[in-house]
Amino acid sequence: MKNLKWLIGFGILAASLLFIMLYPIPSLLNWQSGFLAHCFFVLMLCFAMCFFRVMAGPTPADRAVAIDTLGILIVGFCAILSIPTGRDWYLDIAIAWALQSFIGALALAKYLEGRGFDE
Amino acid sequence: MSNIQQLIGYIFIILGLGFDIFGCIGLLRLPDVYNRLQATTKCVTLGTCSILFGTFIMKGLGTTGVKAILVAVFLLLTSPVAAHALARGAHKSGVKLWPKSVVDKYEQDGN
Repeated sequence: MKNLKWLIGFGILAASLLFIMLYPIPSLLNWQSGFLAHCFFVLMLCFAMCFFRVMAGPTPADRAVAIDTLGILIVGFCAILSIPTGRDWYLDIAIAWALQSFIGALALAKYLEGRGFDE
Repeated sequence: MSNIQQLIGYIFIILGLGFDIFGCIGLLRLPDVYNRLQATTKCVTLGTCSILFGTFIMKGLGTTGVKAILVAVFLLLTSPVAAHALARGAHKSGVKLWPKSVVDKYEQDGN
């Protein structure tokens, strides 16, 4: 039974990755190369996994960990987005998002310890 | 020259995407908060820094490349601090370990 569940999950994951890598994605922006659009959708799959853990996490600590991971993934997303468009302000967004994610993770840790925010 | 730069940048980006997706599978699959934290922090930080390094290689020493290196250094410095704070907060808020865990040194030290 456990092996069957593992196999079903692995099959779903491999099928979605193959679908993303083989499906001809139309040019959303002015992509120099179609490959980066595929990378974009692989990161969307990672976002979906993080959102599942945010919704189904059994404890509040799980949700805090998933939010922290989501912030780090968005930084990589902005970096990939800055390559084909050639706009460097996407990396400004990445810097701001990294700072915000760090401070948010520290605030969530403080909240999990059960102390007030004013210490 | 430019083709070689693009090839090496793509190799780094593929490596980073692999690390990202394995970290997210760990977040989905592992049994415990602490195990999930360990998997996601190491894999996702290394993967995102690899993507940023690939951006730096593809774009060269312009504004984009220097900003990418800046973000990578900042991420490598702050992500372990945030993960340590989250693990400490989770332990203090009373999240149980996985029943098959072997040892809990933080509990034994009397915190």
